[in-house]
Amino acid sequence: MTTVSPPVLRLEAVRRVHPGGVVALRGVSLEVAAGDDLAIVGPSGSGKSTLLHLMGTLDRPTSGIVHLGGHDTAGLRDAELSRLRARQLGFVFQHSHLAERLDAVANVATGLLYAGVPRRRRRARALEALDRVGLAHRAGHLPGQLSGGERQRVGIARALVNEPALVLADEPTGALDQATGRQVLDLFREVHAQGTTIALITHDPGVAAVFSRRVEIRDGVLTEVATGVAGARA
Amino acid sequence: MSALVDALVLGWHGVTGRPGRAVLSALGIALGIATLVLVTGIPASGQADLERRLDDLGTNLLVAQPTGTGSGQPPSTLDPAAAASVRRIGPVEEATAVANLNVRVLRDDLADPNTTAGITALAAGPDLLGPLDARVADGVFLTDATEHLGAVVLGASAAEWLGVTSVDLQQPRRIKVGPAWLTVVGVLAPTPLTPELDQSVVVGWGTARAELGSDGRPTVVYVRAVESQVEAVRAVLPATLDPATPGLLGVSRPSDVLTAKRATQGTFSGLFLGLAAVALAVGGVGVANTMIVSVLERRREIGLRRALGATRRDVRRQFLVEAVLLSLLGGAAGTLVGLAGSLGWAVSRGWPAVVSLQAVAAGVVGAVVVGALAGLYPAVRASRLAPTEALAV
Repeated sequence: MTTVSPPVLRLEAVRRVHPGGVVALRGVSLEVAAGDDLAIVGPSGSGKSTLLHLMGTLDRPTSGIVHLGGHDTAGLRDAELSRLRARQLGFVFQHSHLAERLDAVANVATGLLYAGVPRRRRRARALEALDRVGLAHRAGHLPGQLSGGERQRVGIARALVNEPALVLADEPTGALDQATGRQVLDLFREVHAQGTTIALITHDPGVAAVFSRRVEIRDGVLTEVATGVAGARA
Repeated sequence: MSALVDALVLGWHGVTGRPGRAVLSALGIALGIATLVLVTGIPASGQADLERRLDDLGTNLLVAQPTGTGSGQPPSTLDPAAAASVRRIGPVEEATAVANLNVRVLRDDLADPNTTAGITALAAGPDLLGPLDARVADGVFLTDATEHLGAVVLGASAAEWLGVTSVDLQQPRRIKVGPAWLTVVGVLAPTPLTPELDQSVVVGWGTARAELGSDGRPTVVYVRAVESQVEAVRAVLPATLDPATPGLLGVSRPSDVLTAKRATQGTFSGLFLGLAAVALAVGGVGVANTMIVSVLERRREIGLRRALGATRRDVRRQFLVEAVLLSLLGGAAGTLVGLAGSLGWAVSRGWPAVVSLQAVAAGVVGAVVVGALAGLYPAVRASRLAPTEALAV
C-alpha cells in the first residue's frame, strides 16, 4: 500500500462457486486504494473475469465480503447496488459496446443516465470527458465512423464521465492491434496521472507491465507480484 | 420529469432501432384498433342519424288497434266515433281512424293478383294526412267532396307495385279495388313511421260504404299527443276506445320500433366489437413476440446498462415503455384509419359524420393497455437477466 487513505474497494476471503460446482475464486482478498493503478494478470480460465464481475458488484460472492465505497455490498438491494455502480464505478469492456445510432457524445452521456445527473447537464460533461480522451473533435460522429481505437476511447470516456472512484477495465486492448492498444494504454496512464483509480484485467503480461501494481491470478488464487513504480514499457 | 423524458427517449430509440420490425408489429395493433374505432364509430353515426330522423318524424305518434282474441277470429272493429272520442282526451293533438277493408287490389282485370297481394285497401277520412305526417307526392288527397266519388290515393310502395307512380288528372288511371273500379287521384310520399300506409291504397269512407261493403267501423286509430304526455295518453287509450274489453286493445309507438331496430343492429355490432378485441389481442401477441426477440438480441445492451448503474426497475421500465410506444404507434395509425373509415361510411349512407371521441379514446387507451400487457413479460425477463450473463454474450 502506498497510500493511507481508506480503500476504495476491499475483497475479503471471497469465494465464488458457479452453478455446477466450478470454483472460480478460492478465497481472494484484495484492496484497491484511491490512486492505485492495478493490473490483474491471468491466463484465460483463471477466474479473472469472475473477479472483475465481483469487484464491479455485477455478481455476488458465494462467501466472503466485498466492500465498495465504504459499503458492505452483501447487505445492499439491487437498487442500492445499482446506484453504487452508477456513482462509484466506471466500466471499460473489451468491445466498446457503443450504441450504433447514437453519436460519440450521446454514447458518453449514457454513462450519466443512471447517476442522477439532470439531462441538460449531461452533454456538457460528456464533451468534457471526450476532451479528456482526446476525441472532442469527434463528438458528433457515429461509432460506425470511428476507428477501433477511437471507439475504445469513447468507451473510456463513458467510464470516466461520472468521475468514478474506480475504473474497472476488462481486456480493453484485447480487440485492438499493437499500436492502437499501446495508445489506449497510454491514455489509461494519463488518466491515472490525473488522479483516477484504475483496475485493469489482462492476460497479457506486456500490458500489465505498464501498471505500477500487479497481481496475478491463477486457478482462482491471487498473488501480489509487484507494488511500486510502473515497470519498463514492453 | 427528467426520468420520464429519459424513459421516452430510450423507448423511442428502441422502437426506431428496427423500423421494419416496428412497423410490422405495430400493424397488428393498428388493425385491431382500426376495427375497434370502426365498430364504435359507425353505430355512433347511425345513432345520430336515427335521432335526426326521429326529430323529423316525431316520437309522439301512437297507433291503437284491437289485437283480436287470439282464437283465430279476425280482430274486432272499433266504434265509428272512435277518433272523435280520442280527440276529447286533453293532451291529444290529432286523431284519425282507418278501416282495413279486407279486399283485393288489382291493377286491372287481367293482372296477376299475386303481384299486388301485399296491398291493403283502407277506408279513411280527409284528415288522415295530419296525424301521420304524410304528404302527397303527386296528385291530390281525398277531400270531403271526393271521398264518396270512387277516388283512391295510393301509398308509396303500393303505387310502385301497381305501376301507377304519377297522376295525370286529364287521363286518370283506374284500378280495381274489390269489386269496384276506382280512379287514382293521388300518390303519397313514403311515411317511415307507418310503413303499413306505404303498402295501402286509401279510399274515402263514403266510397267504402257504398261500393266496398264497409260498415263504417274503423280498425286502427292514429293519435298524435303532446310529446311530454305520450305515455299518459297511451295508458288511457284502451279504456277510451274499448271500454268493455280494454285488454284486447293494443297501443304501439312506431318510433319505438325504429329505436328497437337500431338496437338490434347494436347487438350485431357487439359481434364486431368482439372481433375487434380478438384482432387487438392478436396484435398484442405480435408486440409481445417482437419484444421478446428484442430482449434476446439486446442482452449485451442490457448488461452494459446494468454496469452503468441501471436498476432492474430501470431496465423493466425501458422495455415496457418501448412496448407501449410501439403499440401506441399502431394505435394512432389504427385510430386514423378507423376514423376515416367510419366517416366515409357515414357520408356514403347520408348519415351525419360523427367523430366519436369515445372511439378515439378507446383506441388510444386500448393501445396503451395492450402495449403494457404485451410488454410486461418481456420487460420482466429483461430485468431478471443477470448482468454477468448479459455481458458474456
